[in-house]
Order: sequence, then C-alpha cells, then structure tokens
Amino acid sequence: MAKKSGKHKSANPELDRVTVQCIEKVAGTVLDTIQKKKQPELSFPVRSLSNVDYDAKKGFFELGDSVSTRTLTVNSVKTFAQTLKLMGLSKQMVEEDNWATKREAYYVSKNWKEARFLEQPESDTVMDDIEAMFSLHGVTREQLRFVPDEHGGAVAGELTVIDRDPTTHEPIEIDCTKFGTGAYSIPSSVEHLKFRTNAKFILAIETGGMFQRLQSNGYPQEAHCIIVSMAGVPTRSTRRFLRRLSDDLDLPVYAFVDCDPYGIANIYRTLKVGSGNAAHINQFFCVPRARFLGVTPQDILDFKLQDATHPLQEVDEKRARDALKNDPFFKKNKAWVKAFEQMLTMKVRAEQQALTKWGLNYVIENYLPRKLKSPATFLP
Amino acid sequence: MTSTVAGQRGLFGEEAGAAAAAGPRDGASLKKGAGGAAADGPAEKGGDTAAHRLAAKQREISVSEFFTKNRHLLGFDNPRKALLTAIKEAVDNSLDACEEAGILPDVRVEILPTPRDDRFRVIVEDNGPGIVKQQLPHVFARLLYGSKFHVLKQQRGQQGIGISAAAMYGQLTTGKPLSVISRIGKKHPAWYVELKIDTAKNRPEVLREMETDWDKEHGTRIELELEAKVQKGKQSVDEYLLQTAIANPHVRLEYKDWDGQEQVFDRATKTLPPQPTQIQPHPYGVEVGMLGGMMKTTEAKKLAAFLKSDFSRVSPRVAEEICELAKVSPDARLSGLEAEQIERIHQAMSQVKIMAPATDCIVPIGEAGLVAGMKKVLPAELFLAETRAPKIYRGNPFVVEVGVAWGGELPAEEPVRLVRFANRVPLLYQQGACVTTKSVITTDWRNYLLQQPKDALPVAPMAIVVHLASAWVPFTSEAKEAIAHYPEILKEIRLSLMEMGRKIATHIRKTRRAADEAKKRNYIDMFLPTVVAALHEILVLDPPTQEKAAKNLRDILEATRKQNV
Repeated sequence: MAKKSGKHKSANPELDRVTVQCIEKVAGTVLDTIQKKKQPELSFPVRSLSNVDYDAKKGFFELGDSVSTRTLTVNSVKTFAQTLKLMGLSKQMVEEDNWATKREAYYVSKNWKEARFLEQPESDTVMDDIEAMFSLHGVTREQLRFVPDEHGGAVAGELTVIDRDPTTHEPIEIDCTKFGTGAYSIPSSVEHLKFRTNAKFILAIETGGMFQRLQSNGYPQEAHCIIVSMAGVPTRSTRRFLRRLSDDLDLPVYAFVDCDPYGIANIYRTLKVGSGNAAHINQFFCVPRARFLGVTPQDILDFKLQDATHPLQEVDEKRARDALKNDPFFKKNKAWVKAFEQMLTMKVRAEQQALTKWGLNYVIENYLPRKLKSPATFLP
Repeated sequence: MTSTVAGQRGLFGEEAGAAAAAGPRDGASLKKGAGGAAADGPAEKGGDTAAHRLAAKQREISVSEFFTKNRHLLGFDNPRKALLTAIKEAVDNSLDACEEAGILPDVRVEILPTPRDDRFRVIVEDNGPGIVKQQLPHVFARLLYGSKFHVLKQQRGQQGIGISAAAMYGQLTTGKPLSVISRIGKKHPAWYVELKIDTAKNRPEVLREMETDWDKEHGTRIELELEAKVQKGKQSVDEYLLQTAIANPHVRLEYKDWDGQEQVFDRATKTLPPQPTQIQPHPYGVEVGMLGGMMKTTEAKKLAAFLKSDFSRVSPRVAEEICELAKVSPDARLSGLEAEQIERIHQAMSQVKIMAPATDCIVPIGEAGLVAGMKKVLPAELFLAETRAPKIYRGNPFVVEVGVAWGGELPAEEPVRLVRFANRVPLLYQQGACVTTKSVITTDWRNYLLQQPKDALPVAPMAIVVHLASAWVPFTSEAKEAIAHYPEILKEIRLSLMEMGRKIATHIRKTRRAADEAKKRNYIDMFLPTVVAALHEILVLDPPTQEKAAKNLRDILEATRKQNV
C-alpha cells in the first residue's frame, strides 16, 4: 500500500474534490450500465503520434479525436477489473492525501490475487489509459496521485525555490547558488513549488557534461541565467518544472542540445510541444516558449566545426526524414524543414562538445555570448 | 555393391550371377555383368592377346577380402554399428521365417559381456520353423545363399547376405565360430552345430555337429561373438527393437542387454499379417542385364513364351506387340539372341502399353496395426495412421503408410521423432539421405499450426512413422539404411503427411478451443468479484446492490462468452 504520509490537509482540496468526483462518475456509469444488464464501456483517447494535432497558437501537441473503447467482455474482464481497482486506489490516495509511484502501484496490485499485474509494463499501460481517460476531464496523473518514479534534472543558477518540509510542511527556501559544486535536483512533483529569481533566461542543456562545464565556470551568475540539465529527453517533472519556471517568472527558455536528429526531433521537440504517446498531458508538460539556441546545422559552418563532426548514421537519416514526413510540429515550421534539409545535405551531425575543438572554455567565452546576442534568430 | 558382385562372378558362381540379375538399381554395372557373360564366348578360346596375358594374372579374390573391403556397404563399418547390424539381420530372418511358416513370432535377443570389453556375445532365439540340418551350414556360413534372392516378394531380407555377413564379421574380428541350435518339430531332435566360413572358397566349414536337448519344440537359436561397442540412444539395439515393435504389432520381443536389464515388448495383436504373394517382375521395372539373366534361367525356349510366362501383365497380345516393336520373331530361340536384339527387346518393353502390375502382393501393417504398434511404445495422447492405396514406381508396386503419435509425454521443444520402416524393418542410419526425411522436411507444417525451421523437421510433441512396403524397396545402398528418392514415392508420402497434418491441426484447434473455453469460464469466476469489489471501493454499495451487480455482471459475461464460441 502507498505510504501513509500523515493527517495534514491536502494542498489543493478543490482539485481533489474534482478528482474524486470524476472517479465516482466513471465508476457510477459502469455500475448503472451493469444494472441495466448492458455491457459497460470505458473510453480512452488514442495515444499515438497519429492522433495529435499541432496548433502553433496553442503551442503544443493536442490530442486528436480518436477514441478507443474497452467494452466489458469475458476477454477484457481482467483488464476491466484492474482499471477499476487502480481507480479505486486513486480515490483512496486522494482521500488520505497519499501518493504512489508507478512501481509502488504495481506492487499494491499484488494484493489483488488473480487480478494482480504480473509485470510492471501491464500496470503502466492501464495507468496510462486511466490518465488519458481523466485528462479529458482535465485531471492529471499527479492529481490521481500517481507520481513518476524518477527525479527531474539538475538545476543551478540564480534561482530560489520555495518548497515545504515533507513532514512539517513548513516552507523552505532553497537557493540554487548554494550547492557548491553540486546542484539542486527537481523533485518528482513540482506543482506546489514557488520561485524567485533575477535571472533573464533559462538554458536547458542536453548533457550533464556541458551542465558541469557551465556551472563550474560560474556561467549562470555571469550570464544571469538558470541552467537545467535534461540528460537526454526531459522527464515529465523536468518538463513541468521548466514550464512552471517559464510561466511563473515569465522567462524565455533556450534549448542547447546536440546537432543531430535525436537532439532535435526527440529532445527538443518533446520539450517544446510534448510527445505523441502522452499527448493527453502535453498541455501541462511542455514548454511552448522554448526556442532552439543550438547547435544548429548552420552553426557547424558558422563556427567551423566541419572537422569535429560525425557522419549521419542510417538511423539518424531515417529519424530526420521521419520528422519531416510525419511530425506535425516540424512539418508546419519552414525554418525547421530547412534546417533538417541542410543537415541531410551535409550528412553530418555535431555534438555540443564539438565546440571544444576551439578550447575548453570556447563555449562560455565565445559560442553562447555570440548566440545570445540575437535570440530572435533561434529556431522556433 | 552390384558392381563388386558382378566382378566376383567366378567366386560366387551361380549366386553372383543371380545377384547381378536381381539388382535392378544399377544399370551400368549390370550391363558390365552382361558384357562379362558375353565374354564367355569366342574370345575366351586360345590366343595370345593382351587380354589373355591379363587373364593369367586375374585370380579369385577371397570372400574375406571382399567382405573387408565392402563391410561399410553391408552395415559393419564400425563396432557400434556392427552389433546392431548383426542383431538386425538375425531378427529380420527370424521374423520372415516365422511369418512364412504361419507362426506368431517370439524372439529373444541377448547381449552378453565377455572378459574383453571390446567384444560381446549375441544370442538371437526364435520360435520359427527351424532349419533342416543339412541346410544349416549353408544358411549361416555362406554368403549370398538363401531363399529370398531369387524372389520378387515383399520380405524383410532381400539378398541373403545379412546373417552370414554377421557370422563372417564375428569370425574375422574374434576368430570364434558361430554356433546354431535348430529344431524343426516335436518329433525331430534339436541339432547343435558350430560353423566357420572357409573364406577362400565361400563354403561353410562344420567344426562340431551334435544332437542336443532343447526345450523349444521348434525354432532356431544362433550365438556369435563379435567385436562390438554397446551404446544407448538413437541408433542403439534398444531403439531398433522398440521400432520393430511398432511396425510388428504381432511380434513378442524379449531383450536382455549387457547390463542384464530385461525388456519385453508384448504382442498387440494375435493376428499374423497375411503372407505376401510372390510376383513376377513387371516389364517396366526390368533392367537389360536382368532381362539377359532371366533369359538364361527361364524354362521357356522361345521369346514370346518367355515374355508371357516370366513377366506379370504380359498377355499374348502384349508379347506380340513387344516382339513386333523390337523386330524380333516371337518364335526366336532365346539361346540364339544377339546382345543387340536383347537391347531392342528391352527398349520395346518400356514402350508398349502394359497394364500396371497387380498390387495385392503388398501387405501393409494396416492402420489399426500401426496404431496398436505406436500405442505400445510411444507415450502420446493421439494416434493416427493412414495406409495409402498401392502405387507403382518403375513397375514395382509399393504401399506407403504413415502413422503419427501426438502430444502426451512426447518432448514439445525438440524436432519430431521420425521413425522409418522399409518392409517393417526399422531404418536407423542415414536419415538425412532417406526419401522419408525429405518428404517430412518438404511438407509445410506451419500450415498445420506447427513450428518448422527452414529445411528442417518440424518442432512439435510428435512422432512420425513412415513405412514403405514393396516387393522391391529401392534402398540407396546394400546396407539398406535409406530409401532412394523416387518421385512417385516422395509424392505418396507427402500426400499422406499432409492428410495427417490436417488431422493434427484439427486436433490442435480443438484442444486450444477447449483450453480457451475452460480458461474463460474460469475468468468469470476469477475476476467478477474484483470488478464488484472495485466498484464498491469507489461507490460504497450496500450488500443487495453488490449482489445484484454480481448477478447481472455474470449474465453479461456469460452472454459474451457464448458469442465468442
């Protein structure tokens, strides 16, 4: 069972009330249908890139209209039972102001006898279904009290995070400049955080190595910015944290990633507009204000990095062409179409670290200052 | 083999001639034999040609030399195989003899250790008709002697090489004689003889001969010592006896191995298979050399009479047509025919339209017998068998039978076990070269819901039994280990395998459906309470509402289950 965290009042009683209402409504409809001797149904939005739309005005991938319906039959009775049980668990956790990670929820099911999940991917899938179903009612997974297992990325720079003590709930102020050579790490749930800052922009960085180089050279203080390490495709909490920073503090977010199809089509695209298979949550978990600082294919020429590149692999080329053909975000952005075509013509990719060719601190002393002179030229 | 025999004419005398004539599978060497026969003519008389000088050097090659050089062809290539071959030849002989005499066979096989661990003693004892005393030495101690060679009839043995080859092998590897006890009836004494083969002359040598006491009323018991290596597994004596039990449900087999372990395969039926009838060769299946040989041994004097009397399906009209096409007079005397004329007659025989041979000479195991045989030794849940209608390859009638044992305790993760028989004799070696294997591999078992790697046997809890019964089984070699790839035979086996495959697929589907059914029925009981409990957790229901929901839910689920079926 999920951890009992105490008797304190929920942080947001109104949201919790809506959440419980939603759960009861779905269950109530199922019961009514059963009592009418009809087969009950549960409907979920289809979660895939084929069912998302990109609206530049809204700035994120939006779920399309495709819906899959799970009708209760003898074949689906097990999953049906599991779905209702997880909803029951959710309601219980809201009432007790508790929460469970995906892994914990999986283990809670071990007490359901035959209906238990055998492997975690099974419970993850059912949980994703429930999340998608409730996203139609504006209820997030966090409100259903299922939280991600992983922490978010590392943060450094001129930022004070106002959190609360996990047991006493006293407010705590965390100064992100006071971590020495370490860094603040984003918690799995960020909804309750408040912020204070003097920074002028946020730099979202692909690799931990680049994050360290900037941090250990005092770059955030010097440039008055907040730096965040994404370590690959950013997790939900990293995305939500960046979104809230950007919204609450009204700051631009600049992405600094490798110049390759993965850095652009996977890391940046997910940061900016969300992902195809989690489109139901994109409205909360993406950063529409994000812009692409670099490394761009043009940077390879402008900064003379040609001899620090690697040839595009077959999988890279496939990913690039796939982005041009199937990704609603890139398809609608001429600048991005051009950038991809340039990369495919050059047939090379460049890592952030390629800049080191001109010296270890070249990125701090030359590259970033030069790029930051004209943010308007950043790719959308 | 045939070529060697043809080259040994002087040595083997009339049997070798017959050997050449009876082996229809190697045309080239037979022609050589026939050519040799022609050389008995004028060229032989006097003169001082190169051939005459060579002739002076040509001498008889001893039987032992012949045997040593050709033992791989006879199944004695190594000590492991030699043990199996010796037992196999003895058991085959016993079964043939019993059946011919109308006796339900009772055969006992023993392998005894000796002080030397590379030698074993083999005893094979049957309740057959016995062998008259005068014939004993010839049957067991003379190569190519026997009653089967000259006969076109479905039998286990074909050449009369086997048992004496075993005796020869024993003698060559251990120096010990073969001993035989045989009794032909209650009123006759049992005789004990010890025999050796005079390897220079291919004649038996009787070392001892005496009357003895024997509790059997009739039967034969042979005992020989040979260089051998014992083993268990796929190509073992155990496996051979087990397979023999499958193909011969009317046989009772007792077996005592070198460790003293006793096994009994009891009879599954008390009905003897009917005796196959002897048939005359069909003109389509005769080689030119064999034709020449037949012309020498026939009692007929004139061509047309010979064709009518010595072949099956040759009516006076057909005989006339052959003669006409060959441009040889029907009244031509056989002894006066030129080699060229014989060639023409042979050619004409294959061109004239002739009725297919009679097929009633083939005696299959039968579907019931095959199933009974499989049930005896295979731990399966489903047994299927099919006996095909007789078909012809090159003038030889044959019958294909296929049996399948499925499921039960048969291993599911291994390639299927293929059990091959020719005239009820298990074939344990050369599986890859056998037409039966090719038939199984070239059948697409995935059509029948089985797994099958490319160019391989399917993987399934299954044993496939293939039996080819024919008056002349086309083996790939004299060791009789694999059946040759005749398209007619391949096709028959595959057709039968496909039929079996369809039945297996039906069975698999039925089993799966039943399991699915049971699972789904189970599903309702398993998960219905969870659904109600979850609804209760969320909505907090009073007991009557819960009961009503449970009842309705069961009705809904039962209805969907029935829709699914």
